[in-house]
Amino acid sequence: MKSESENILKGIGAAPGIAISQAFIYKKEKEEITNESITDIDEALESLDVALEKSKKELRKIFSLAVDKLGEKRAAIFEAQIMILDDPILVSTLHNRIKHEMRLPEYIVNDEISKYTDLMNLSHELYMKERSHDIEDIKNRIIRNLKKKKWKSKITSDVVVVTSTVSPSDTVLFSRVNVKGYVTDFGGLTSHAAIVARSLNIPAVVGLHDASNRIKEGDLLIIDGFKGEVFINPDEKQLHYYQKKISQLQKQDTELNKLRELPAKTLDGKEIQLYANLELIDEIELITNNGAKGIGLVRTEQLFEEYEAFPDEEEQYKVYKTIAERIYPETVIIRTFDIGGDKVLPVDLKEPNPFLGWRGIRLLLDSPLLFKSQIRAILRASSHKNLKLMLPMITSMCEIKKSKEIINECKEELKKEGFAFDKHIGVGIMVEVPSAAVLIRDFAEEVDFVSIGTNDLIQYILAVDRGNEIVSSLYQEFHPAVVRTLHHIISESKKAGTMVSMCGEMAADPFAVPLLVGLGLDSLSVSASAIPLIKKIIRNLTYKELQSLASECLAFKTEKEINNRMKRFFNEKEKDHIKNLY
Amino acid sequence: MIEHKVKIINNAGLHTRPAANIVKLASKYKCEFSLIKDGLNINGKSIIGVMTLAAEKGSEITLVFDGIDEELAASEIVDYFNRGFDE
Repeated sequence: MKSESENILKGIGAAPGIAISQAFIYKKEKEEITNESITDIDEALESLDVALEKSKKELRKIFSLAVDKLGEKRAAIFEAQIMILDDPILVSTLHNRIKHEMRLPEYIVNDEISKYTDLMNLSHELYMKERSHDIEDIKNRIIRNLKKKKWKSKITSDVVVVTSTVSPSDTVLFSRVNVKGYVTDFGGLTSHAAIVARSLNIPAVVGLHDASNRIKEGDLLIIDGFKGEVFINPDEKQLHYYQKKISQLQKQDTELNKLRELPAKTLDGKEIQLYANLELIDEIELITNNGAKGIGLVRTEQLFEEYEAFPDEEEQYKVYKTIAERIYPETVIIRTFDIGGDKVLPVDLKEPNPFLGWRGIRLLLDSPLLFKSQIRAILRASSHKNLKLMLPMITSMCEIKKSKEIINECKEELKKEGFAFDKHIGVGIMVEVPSAAVLIRDFAEEVDFVSIGTNDLIQYILAVDRGNEIVSSLYQEFHPAVVRTLHHIISESKKAGTMVSMCGEMAADPFAVPLLVGLGLDSLSVSASAIPLIKKIIRNLTYKELQSLASECLAFKTEKEINNRMKRFFNEKEKDHIKNLY
Repeated sequence: MIEHKVKIINNAGLHTRPAANIVKLASKYKCEFSLIKDGLNINGKSIIGVMTLAAEKGSEITLVFDGIDEELAASEIVDYFNRGFDE
């Protein structure tokens, strides 16, 4: 047994909670392809066909969206790549080799396609080397899809997943099997892994650097998502301590649950609307159970993450309709696809600065078919008048006006086609870029509501990539520039008479909530699991003291002063009510 | 069986777009079709195969057609080469 200090890894507590379970090492890349022999040939052939089909769909998804941006040359390469997946000579050779050699399909695919790339690499022509990269790309896509299927069957519900990073599609996979928690090498508080862990209500510790190397498959782990600690093969004392803590937490959860039906009202009567964010359709139950007022943000790009192709209008309509009906009579705000170019463009067109690139509303306005299919689907699901539509990454008035024009076009079409929809559907924008914050008064007059997306807003204001560990400590919610910008957005929106809320991670931070309420926000949208705790915090304070807390913070000149003030406030006011957590 | 020697005449050579078009044309016919260059014999109905051919401007390729509709196939595909892939 290791000594106490040796078996603790320290990282960032990204999603609260404690889990004790066995480690499952999830290594996606750089895994060796072995030439293991197989016994079930039919199964191997089927896996290959499924992987080829899936790869084709993925390529078509990229192609359908990016075709205008690709240029003729790239478009031809894409078409050729899709043709390769249908190549009768290649496919029949792969089939025959699997039948005769009885080896894993990924081994055969790798071996067979490498023959071609090896030939290409022999050539002295530069363009042949490039072409070989394209073929390599196809090969890796097929192999990845073959492996993905295997991973799915290996992950079970009683493990803690240990991995280097978590991608959006991984999280969909994990949510399906109800893993106990995540531990990752990279990422910070606002990384995708962290956001999804919070919404799934499972503990996560991120930014551990070398956890996936230090932890071995099957090790017993304790994850403390509050402190950001991971214990590898804990001793009796550690185990006992955490088992006790788990039962205390369960007790506290029961306590918090009693608040379910009560409003999030301050002691002096100011009510804050608490909405939930939704990324996975399975979350609806958690949302209704936790006493959310409605849904303040549906991340549609996440909702359809597991679809290989972009969902069409009909598929989207069904999903939006389900959400609208399950949440009725409360409101649901649906944000249109917030996809980054980094997700859809091919490798060699990767943008050097995806966060300053083709994403959000820019991509939607450039892809009218995709944008319209989504608007039409949302409108058609709006007949109960409880849906609103929100536009991501708005930076200019022109984008708002153009989007509204397209929304009106869709309304006209639907009217002609005889569909029922909410003629006065609310249209709002995300405020997550400094230009939108500066121009907020004009923008707010143009729309029905605004929602502050703090994750992006903070990173753009402070010029800090929240996923870059080297600078991630400079990503500060309590930076005076952030606090004053929030103040500006909130007060100017109110002057315009426009509803303003917040849907970023900051809204779920128990230390930040008193400041946000004090700055005048009337509603917050957070992960469903965070709602009871935030409600408890708000119900324990007066709006009057929060307003003066906010003015104090607006006068501070450094992050440290604001941070200290907020911590002190929390300790004075809330510590006795919220035990165990911090 | 029909054999034809063709020369690549367009500036960009046998790049991806013409490669895809050649395969598409060949797939319409029943006959077998192969391309031979520098001793390498490639099945003309396999896109991944045709893409392995490095054929810059000026290089020569032998096209071989063999089967019931070989004449029709040969005339259409040879013509496509002679037009410089319409570029």
